Amino acid sequence: MKVKTISRSTDEFTRERSNDLQRVFRNYDPNLRPQEKAVEYVRALNAAKLEKIFGRPFVGAMEHNEAISCMAKNPNHLKGIFVGSEDGDIRLWDITSRRTVRKFPGHRGAVRGLTATTDGSRLVSCGADCIIRRWTVPVEDSSEDSVKPEDFHISKNAYWGVDHQWKGDQFATVGAQVDIWNHTSNAPVRSFQWGTDTVLSVRFNPGHPDLLATSARVEKLSSSFRLSKLTFKLALKGSQSLFKFRFGRDISEISINPQILAEHIEEQRRSVKVEGICRDRSITLYDVKTTIPIKKLIMQTKTNSIAWNPMEPMNFTAANEDGNCYSYDLRKLNEATMVHTDHAAAVMDIDYSPTGREFVTGSYDRTVRIFRYNGGHSREIYHTSRMQRVFCVKFSCDASYVISGSDDYNLRLWKAMASEQLGVLLPREKKRHEYDEALKNRYKHLPEVKRILRHRHLPLPIYKAAALRRTMTEAARKKEERRKAHSAPGSISMKPLRKRRIVKEVE
Amino acid sequence: MSVVKATKEQKEKETEEEIPEDLDLKVKKYLRGGAANFDDLKDKKLKGQLSHRESLYGASAKAAAKYEKWLMPSEGGYLEADGPVEKTWRIKQEDIRREVDISSSRNQHDVILPEFSPYTLDFTSNGQYMAAAGRKGHLAIVDMKNMIPRREIQVGETVRDVVFLQDQSFFAAAQKKYTYIYGQEGIEAHCLKDQGAVLKLQFLKNHFLLASINKFGQLHYEDVSMGAMIGNIRTGLGRTDVMQVNPYNAVVGLGHSGGTVTMWKPTSSAPLVKMLCHHGPVSALAFHPNGHLMATAGKERKIKLWDLRKFEVLQTLPGHAKTLDFSQKGLLACGTGSFVQVLSDFSGTQNYSRYMNHSMVKGYKISNLLFRPYEDVLGIGHSMGWSSILIPGSGEPNFDSWVANPFETRKQRGEKEVHLLLDKLPPETIMLDPTKIGTVKTARKKEKSTKKEIEAEMEATIEAVKDGINMKKKTKGRSKPSKKLKKRQEIIANAKRPFLEQQMQDGQLSIKKQKISEEVELPKSLQRFARKKAAT
Repeated sequence: MKVKTISRSTDEFTRERSNDLQRVFRNYDPNLRPQEKAVEYVRALNAAKLEKIFGRPFVGAMEHNEAISCMAKNPNHLKGIFVGSEDGDIRLWDITSRRTVRKFPGHRGAVRGLTATTDGSRLVSCGADCIIRRWTVPVEDSSEDSVKPEDFHISKNAYWGVDHQWKGDQFATVGAQVDIWNHTSNAPVRSFQWGTDTVLSVRFNPGHPDLLATSARVEKLSSSFRLSKLTFKLALKGSQSLFKFRFGRDISEISINPQILAEHIEEQRRSVKVEGICRDRSITLYDVKTTIPIKKLIMQTKTNSIAWNPMEPMNFTAANEDGNCYSYDLRKLNEATMVHTDHAAAVMDIDYSPTGREFVTGSYDRTVRIFRYNGGHSREIYHTSRMQRVFCVKFSCDASYVISGSDDYNLRLWKAMASEQLGVLLPREKKRHEYDEALKNRYKHLPEVKRILRHRHLPLPIYKAAALRRTMTEAARKKEERRKAHSAPGSISMKPLRKRRIVKEVE
Repeated sequence: MSVVKATKEQKEKETEEEIPEDLDLKVKKYLRGGAANFDDLKDKKLKGQLSHRESLYGASAKAAAKYEKWLMPSEGGYLEADGPVEKTWRIKQEDIRREVDISSSRNQHDVILPEFSPYTLDFTSNGQYMAAAGRKGHLAIVDMKNMIPRREIQVGETVRDVVFLQDQSFFAAAQKKYTYIYGQEGIEAHCLKDQGAVLKLQFLKNHFLLASINKFGQLHYEDVSMGAMIGNIRTGLGRTDVMQVNPYNAVVGLGHSGGTVTMWKPTSSAPLVKMLCHHGPVSALAFHPNGHLMATAGKERKIKLWDLRKFEVLQTLPGHAKTLDFSQKGLLACGTGSFVQVLSDFSGTQNYSRYMNHSMVKGYKISNLLFRPYEDVLGIGHSMGWSSILIPGSGEPNFDSWVANPFETRKQRGEKEVHLLLDKLPPETIMLDPTKIGTVKTARKKEKSTKKEIEAEMEATIEAVKDGINMKKKTKGRSKPSKKLKKRQEIIANAKRPFLEQQMQDGQLSIKKQKISEEVELPKSLQRFARKKAAT
């Protein structure tokens, strides 16, 4: 007879001294853990609820004396950010203590563009007062409170934006034209002009230092119109000199030169050839080395801002006036790679996370949203009751914070992941978070978990605006469908949304 | 360079060699069912993602099997006979006592308490504590490791059953009129009056539900963490005290005097399963820990083993059993009179045969058998007290500290309780197949056959009938052509009838509901303007 029974001595299975760690034994046999799937599901549900409970993204606000108009990250200091406001005030903020570190006084009008060199030593600003100023950013422990500009350059037109090369010493300003500067010269190294646009924003490509993209607003078009009898009579009386004309799909207001009108009156001609402004909406790509622009893409509505994906530098995303963001591949501009919809009003600014996996947008609908680079809808929406129109947003250089500047004179700091635990995590805490993340990911399709995870509480006006917008798009879609149903088969072709807003591509 | 390559190859070879044949069996244990079939999937991306995940499952199962030898060092108990003459079931407890070490031999004992007997027993899930309830009102909590009675109380009335709740800190006792919950100091915490005179108690650990069956055959589920009655079900099958929880899916099984076994969940008033298992009353019921095997004993002198996946008898053994219990390793103990028999499936094919026998002193009547978790011990409650015997190979040798720790400290117990409460399952998760949670509901397999199909089938049968008509030659004018035709029509009508009746039932062929069909063919774009007629 051979016999053995389980016999455990206490010494073997417990700790030797009271200050030792407790001994842990594992047995992964599924029979010991009945209903493990149900337990996992309950844990996933709890993880989703905890995410909602800890989802407090707002960290703090910093105040200016006027609406915030532009921002620039300080690439040299994680906690530093340059902020320009409508009253010409430029400040360097310390995000951790939320205090102003330096002031850069000088601008008389609104500061429209701010950029820092890649090493963070110099700052370039430009504004509505037609002046470009260059500043040396003082070292951190210098005692002076305000900084004097190194030099400045006055031009005829107001500036709308400035951006510095990622690698190199050139920077580009935009306004009536695109100017390329370097730090030593006092005049632009090169100027570009394509049509007579007012260029609104400029961004250098992070991968190719000489490539830059701009978005423009205004374009002059010439066309001949036949005025209606009534308008002609009005024009003759001189009571109306401003007319609305339709250029393509855009309505534009044009004032007719009285001289031309006089000529027409003499000749009793009602056909008028006018040169008019049209709200054009182009995105243009330039190479700094060449003298002519490379490509131009015209969309139906204007693009307010552009951001390049830092990890995939051939892709960029355009923040559009129609409330959508359009991601494009630089090599294939006839179609957007992705349309990011959710904002209820114009998207004012956009910035990519340094990881390239997501980007943040600020909108006229008083919200900040975070999108995945390949996601059609936002993963997060931030708002506060006091936040007004958001004019500029930035992702922090460590991808863990989002900064937004808005009409209500405030700069706001948000967490990029609303429920993320900040600070140094113990390995056990880290593991726990990873486990919760995996659970949520595994059960995200189940109705209860999904409902909790995607719910966002919104203030009523924002909620209603979004609902209204949804109704409108739905109505437009229905109308288009009915129009198609009532037309001869094949006479109307539906364009996909990715192509619908593109007017044309110009080489 | 070549040396590095060589060592790399050697390493690969070693890893390959490390996976011997018997590992397949171990891997299977961790795989939790076979891989899904992706052949029908059309979505290539999804297919790729799923097959990647499937490969991850495979890898993790393989890793778990491979690291078993380090993670699970303890070897299970065994009892082997020398040569073909000696039989394991002839080996007596006294023989085993001589062979095993002192600490194990302490697990063989008899506690004689005739004045409060018979006793029913319950163990905590880690096997650290035992609750014993004497019919005449004696309740005791015993620390099994140190063999110390922790607390003893006299309630002074009939006690029919006792169970531990989540751990040793609370236990429930089914007494004469009501069920009471006591704290570990023996102080009454709750009195559950609305359950009535309970005959049998069971605790569903993952759900914090106390299930009870009372004298009137009513099944109650009480949530002990919230103090709410979750389910109150009238079984309508009469008085029974045969109740057992299937640990695999937390479904409660009841054995009835009519020979049926029913399975219940708190959220439905009808049984999930009702199966006729015996021709006489069901006297005992037990579930295998893996949930696929059920043992039932009937008064007609039969013990049956059932496959719960197919609801089929696997094996029928002769013999009475007052009480049945499965051990963690799948041994089946049957007790009747003063005799205990332990069965085992040596081949692993669920074919149970004799493993050990144990006879108590004549006149002792066994009321309750229970294997102690994580130990090779069988507890016996009987008419003279309680006893404990050694059954080598019955317990799980390797415990998991986070699941049930036999060496649990007070602090660990507290932590554990918090985690149990956090992971408390809602009662809706009790279902026959618990792996269904989180899966996609499959489409109904059999779609209703369409009108066209039914018509085609009808025509086919009519044709078959027509071909099959073979008129007999009959005498005296009965084979007249008119008669023949009539007969023929009758046969065809008879063949048609079931189809027409079916159609009448489905409402497809309602004579009364005649549609006034004056539908003008409109172009598609105008169809939405067509006036909708109210159904008559």
